[in-house]
Amino acid sequence: MSAHVIKNLPLDLLPERRWATVCDVTIPATGVDHELVLRLVELGFVPGERVRIVAEGIGGREPMAVRVGHTTFALRRHEASFIIVEPHP
Amino acid sequence: MAEAALLPGRIALLGNPNCGKTALFNLLTGSRQKVANYAGVTVERKEGTLRTPAGRTVKVLDLPGAYSLNALSNDEAVTRDVITGHSREALPDLLVCVADATNLRLHLRMVLEARSLGIPLVVALNKMDRAAKLGITIDVESLAQHLGIPVVPTVSISKRGARGLEDHLDRPVPARGSSSWAAQGIEEVRRTQQEVLRIFRATVKEPAVDADPSDRIDRLMMHPFWGLLVLGIVLFVTFVSVFSIGGWLTGYVESAFAWLGGLVEGAMDEGLLRGLLVEGIIGGAGGVFVFLPQILILFLFILALEGSGYLPRAAFLLDKPMSRAGLSGRSFIPLLSSFACAIPGIMATRTITNWRDRLATIMIAPLMACSARIPVYTLIIAALFPGQPLLATLLMIGLYALGIISAMSVAWVMKRSRPTSERSTLLMELPSYQWPDTRSLVIGLWERAMIFLRRVGTIILALTIIMWALYTIPSPRTHAQGTPIERSLAGEIGHALQYVFAPIGFNEHISIALVPGMAAREVVVSSLGMVYAMEGDEDEVGGQLQERIATEWSLGTKLSLLLWIVFAPQCLSTFVTVKRETNSWKYMWIMGGYLFALAYLASLVTYQVTNFLTGS
Ligand SMILES: Nc1nc2c(ncn2[C@@H]2O[C@H](COP(=O)(O)OP(=O)(O)O)[C@@H](O)[C@H]2O)c(=O)[nH]1
Ligand SMILES: [Mg+2]
Repeated sequence: MSAHVIKNLPLDLLPERRWATVCDVTIPATGVDHELVLRLVELGFVPGERVRIVAEGIGGREPMAVRVGHTTFALRRHEASFIIVEPHP
Repeated sequence: MAEAALLPGRIALLGNPNCGKTALFNLLTGSRQKVANYAGVTVERKEGTLRTPAGRTVKVLDLPGAYSLNALSNDEAVTRDVITGHSREALPDLLVCVADATNLRLHLRMVLEARSLGIPLVVALNKMDRAAKLGITIDVESLAQHLGIPVVPTVSISKRGARGLEDHLDRPVPARGSSSWAAQGIEEVRRTQQEVLRIFRATVKEPAVDADPSDRIDRLMMHPFWGLLVLGIVLFVTFVSVFSIGGWLTGYVESAFAWLGGLVEGAMDEGLLRGLLVEGIIGGAGGVFVFLPQILILFLFILALEGSGYLPRAAFLLDKPMSRAGLSGRSFIPLLSSFACAIPGIMATRTITNWRDRLATIMIAPLMACSARIPVYTLIIAALFPGQPLLATLLMIGLYALGIISAMSVAWVMKRSRPTSERSTLLMELPSYQWPDTRSLVIGLWERAMIFLRRVGTIILALTIIMWALYTIPSPRTHAQGTPIERSLAGEIGHALQYVFAPIGFNEHISIALVPGMAAREVVVSSLGMVYAMEGDEDEVGGQLQERIATEWSLGTKLSLLLWIVFAPQCLSTFVTVKRETNSWKYMWIMGGYLFALAYLASLVTYQVTNFLTGS
């Protein structure tokens, strides 16, 4: 077994089609982003869920389509960046 | 058991977007509201009534879908206000929380949130047919036990799919508990999600391999290159079908009307009544009616796309290009609907979270070529290029493209004139693909056909008859000379309007038709059809309009009128809708003002340049 450590990263940096597990969401204090993160949690981006990026826009990976559970959501990179994931090996 | 148990008299349907609330509403109440496979189809509350198996009447309220009562957009706020008692109406006696059986992991959270409202609750576990097909098994009894509320399986797309729910409505519900709703914070939501997961794991069994092919289909549909190619092909096929198959069918309806006109003309004695029938009704309003096949084919394509789940994918693909113009993918579906009619398009902008994006979309929606423009475009293009289908198609594509390009430019200017750091959100669900449900397709087409027929039979017919009267009644100014038509009231008014419209090449007949054309664009066609029928030979009614346009109007006039129709906001209902949706007279006047200015300018330039080039 390699001693290779898999680092957690924000969802917008996850390679396309690679499965990962949500480990956390960053919670901004207030404002529009707070509402946004609240909505992400309501939609099921909670620790333990498996996610994967199934499609990306051309150039700059904007927007991205993210599979979580049985649903796919189109997210902007900014929106995805609040979700911290651990990529599967 | 609460002592004040009563039978529910008013119920409301609540749930995430796209779980089948409206389909259930239609099934329960026999209504024909729009059902389609994307989030944000229903944007306002709709009421209907049903009769329970025991014969009681129950009022049913269909609400816009909401992922949460922490509303982010306008349509979600409508739902929140109704069920938290912040709207004018009383709270319902019973909430029917609709949950999609194929995606309980997402939809259960709303059930738990609804449970905390204190209103009696029943869960309609919908799309059970699809769940079975995908191999998902749900232990309904255990689910009801875990939730502590009744759960009834439903299939809202099958005729008897709501029997269980209907039976349930004849059972007494406990009296409403008192509860004041407060928005949930993130920690609370997280705890709810843990409970969702616990219940989900205890009651739902899924096959190891997901049987839904959506993921595989999306590898093609959402590919940055192939996806755009598919989108291009889809739009092209739609367009060609509307104008080739539709145009061909329209030809048949046209001949039928010409035959009918001849029949009436032969059977009746000359007189006012015959004039009204042959010229006003058959030659005028009939000239618009003949476009029914084309309009139905357009709607068939739009309905099929809406039912398949493809539209949010197209919105995804176009998000980046549209953001160049200061819009986002969220504007795509409202703008696409505007090709059918700007009014539902403008209503659909309620789903756009960002106000600036929403306003920009409302402002440009009238530039999408709505179906009411089809008669005018078709008529003039046919007169421009008779017997040259290729050129005609190219010009038609050009007119549609001109509307889109102008819209994007206007959005771009709006963005540049008021820069902001506010981000626009996307956050859009991409639902599983489905074959469009035939029942919804048929209902949708039927609805559109009825709307069109009602429009032709009422407003267009009425305006055409008024125009016929104006053309028949002589002007009181007796010194007027010329043909009876020139001496009529209409002739007089048309003459006066020349001061405004002569510079852009519109003759008296066109100018005067534009006035009732404010209520409905198609009146331009019916009014011209009627005038030329009045002037024309007695023996043929149909077909004259196009010939006379071809021979009597200059090239400049024809092009100028086409351009006018591209831009001019000739639709009072659009004005009313913009006022209502923006809640501001100012935006309504800005919309009307800039579009009329663009229309006049574009027509002026076209007319003058064409005249200069053709040397007339
Ligand atoms: N297979 C299946 N599809 C359904 C059922 N109910 C609704 N649908 C489909 O689900 C989609 C969303 O329906 P709609 O009533 O517009 O959902 P709403 O947003 O909750 O009002 C449409 O494509 C419907 O045809 C059902 O019981 N079974
Ligand atoms: Mg609905």
